[in-house]
Amino acid sequence: MIAAPFFRWDWVFDHWGLIGEKVSEHLVLTGIALGVGLAISMVLAVIGLRFPRTYPPITWLTGVLYTIPSLALFAFLVPITGFTVLSAEIGLVSYTLLILIRNIVAGIQGVDPAVREAALGMGYGSRRLFLEIELPLALPVILAGVRIAAVTTIGLVTITALIGQGGVGFFILRGLNRFFNTEIVLGTALSVILAVAVDLVLVLVERLLTPWMTERTAEAS
Amino acid sequence: MIRLENVTKVFPGGSGPAVHELSLDVAEGEIVVLVGPSGCGKTTTLKMINRLVEPTSGRITVAGEDIMAFPAHELRRRVGYVIQQIGLFPHRTIAENIATVPRLLGWERARIDDRVGELIRLVDLEPGMRNRYPRELSGGQRQRAGVARALAADPPVMLMDEPFGAVDPIVRGRLQDELLDLQRRLRKTIVFVTHDIDEAVKLGDRVAILNIGGIVEQYAPPAEILRDPSNSFVETFLGSDRGIKRLSLIRVSEVPLEDGPMVDKSATAAAARECMERYGVDWFGILDGKKLLGWAWASDLDGSSLAGIEPKPFEVRLSLDASLREALDTIITSHTRVAPVFDGNRFVGTITAEGISRELAK
Amino acid sequence: MEFFGDLLQWFGDNSSGDSGWLARTGEHLRISGAALAAAMVVAIPLAAWLGHTRRGGLLAVSVVNIGRALPSFGILALALPFTIWLARSTPLIESGLGFAPTFIALFLLALPPIFTNTYAGVRGIDPDVVEAARGMGITERRLVLDIEMPIASPVILTGIRVTAVQVVATATLGALVGYGGYGRFIVDGFATQDEVELVAGAVLVALLSVLTEIGFSALERVVVPKGIQRRRRADVVPPVAV
Repeated sequence: MIAAPFFRWDWVFDHWGLIGEKVSEHLVLTGIALGVGLAISMVLAVIGLRFPRTYPPITWLTGVLYTIPSLALFAFLVPITGFTVLSAEIGLVSYTLLILIRNIVAGIQGVDPAVREAALGMGYGSRRLFLEIELPLALPVILAGVRIAAVTTIGLVTITALIGQGGVGFFILRGLNRFFNTEIVLGTALSVILAVAVDLVLVLVERLLTPWMTERTAEAS
Repeated sequence: MIRLENVTKVFPGGSGPAVHELSLDVAEGEIVVLVGPSGCGKTTTLKMINRLVEPTSGRITVAGEDIMAFPAHELRRRVGYVIQQIGLFPHRTIAENIATVPRLLGWERARIDDRVGELIRLVDLEPGMRNRYPRELSGGQRQRAGVARALAADPPVMLMDEPFGAVDPIVRGRLQDELLDLQRRLRKTIVFVTHDIDEAVKLGDRVAILNIGGIVEQYAPPAEILRDPSNSFVETFLGSDRGIKRLSLIRVSEVPLEDGPMVDKSATAAAARECMERYGVDWFGILDGKKLLGWAWASDLDGSSLAGIEPKPFEVRLSLDASLREALDTIITSHTRVAPVFDGNRFVGTITAEGISRELAK
Repeated sequence: MEFFGDLLQWFGDNSSGDSGWLARTGEHLRISGAALAAAMVVAIPLAAWLGHTRRGGLLAVSVVNIGRALPSFGILALALPFTIWLARSTPLIESGLGFAPTFIALFLLALPPIFTNTYAGVRGIDPDVVEAARGMGITERRLVLDIEMPIASPVILTGIRVTAVQVVATATLGALVGYGGYGRFIVDGFATQDEVELVAGAVLVALLSVLTEIGFSALERVVVPKGIQRRRRADVVPPVAV
């Protein structure tokens, strides 16, 4: 059997402060990525909806970004933007784009055409129509995408440890380098816990924002 | 109020104009129904009035103003629009839905609240519905909410596109009656599209029968169309029971009533027999002054007077308001083959099958 | 453009030998293929059975969510002490580094999406078709193998395809625990600040991903019965992007 105790709780309690610091770092990195990602995705989605011919190239490009291994992408950014939060964020944001754009577009397109027709017939201009009718009704699908993007991003943040950021990935990397299992387990477990917690929070947010919904939407892919 | 002049609509990729040089006038305060087979352009025509579809050529004016003179969304805020699937906003309460156009027009809070309350009462929704979401309402209630929403800003003109198509016939009949009732009170100018000729006949002050391509085959009050269809297309479209459809438009009060084989309870049996022979029937009715007690078979006569006879009540009593169609139904289904007519409780006369035919033949 | 020339030069210089890109291609394919195959062997029968008996719907949804929440990097790192121990105390594997931990991480990455898509594919079959087949007296085994699997094949294969591409991309992480593959170029290039090597590695992975995508699309066209061939929307749940 493994010689030393596999997981040392005393180490965890001794380093509570550091753990807290890394968890915050992790959440901040995730938050920025989601915020920026959502903003960019909203713009690209609106363009894709307004000019349908741009949609295939947009999805193609974001799809390619999604496929590039994160390791490669982060490593590639370092010579350009250094071992900085910026490098991490450029990579993290890129990975959110595909799912967010897809869900925003699907959500808007999924709005009941009768509702759209009634709104137009009553005299809604296209801007107010989008903001007051289409967007709110697309929220469930959009938020489903945000949930997926959030969980994915939290996992990816761990890899940014390799370029000096990392959040709880810091523990994974350090544990790996010094063969210290406790840190590896801690880092991984924290990542999972954060993902589950953020997911739950987003579910609550969705319920708060959409009081008119009966059946909750199943996750859109 | 609404005038369409040589309006044409060609859709790109279509095999011909959807609407070709249609000209139509809608007077203020009337309900005009556009009816016709699929592809006749009735919905397209309706949508051109509020520019959800832009005409390819021709002119449309509402209250004398060309509809192209201002931005489309401004026009639409002054025209009520009701569609079959209603399109209530699921993320807003009924009150918020109804308040849509007033909000777009910038009314103050208080005025909007009052108006919403007024409309909810007007369309017969319970006040408690205000803060419910559309998904909590039944089909008929949603339809009423849709109508209330269209009426919110008190538009002079309403466009309705098969609004009652999605509900069951019982609810539909009720909604039609409520619309007529509303119209009596509000006197809006309404353009109504349907594919159901019965609905057109029931609701329309004037009905336009459209053929493919938006060709107006006949445009007249429903009674006139039913009486004198202008060509074979219209005749076929009206259906083979044209005569019976006409009956639903004529009120009992409009035709002369006959006395029928009625005798006073104090009359002799001989008088009763003589009455029955005159009318060629084997039964007679018994009056007590102006009150109709009921009827009896000839074979019930026993002795020289009517004393001792238990009159059977008439199963159906028609009011003056009833249509000849109901009268005919009563006549066909009863023993007596006449329909007794009452003004409240007072017996005023009878209608017979012959009487009805005579009316149709006029 | 000078960079481009350097890149081409690199490919020319580094093609042969154990650390050349040809060899690394083999390594990369080997680990990706092994993990994918293992995940398919475990997930597909289980998911097909659950979908067929219409049970475990909650499980299917949760599996994907949990899978997404597992950081591949963390799993990889966790697997390492385990595989080292395994190598030391049992004859099952030779070395705790390299192939073993990478295999475990990629296997766990591939399992959820293949499971969920297979489940969805089988579960989503028109119940009338199944009922008609049963009514004709077909056995349960034949029903699953001859009817349900072929009908569900578009969804299942799409799931495999998308997962395969992700596995190929994520296999680069193996370099962090001593495996080779294209990740070796990325990690080494990063460590030595050799941008050419780094980009070469990334380009190779990208190419392999595209080829994987094309390959599995072609496979779909061959395997999916003609009557069901049609463009499928994305009913598919992609795995964690790494």
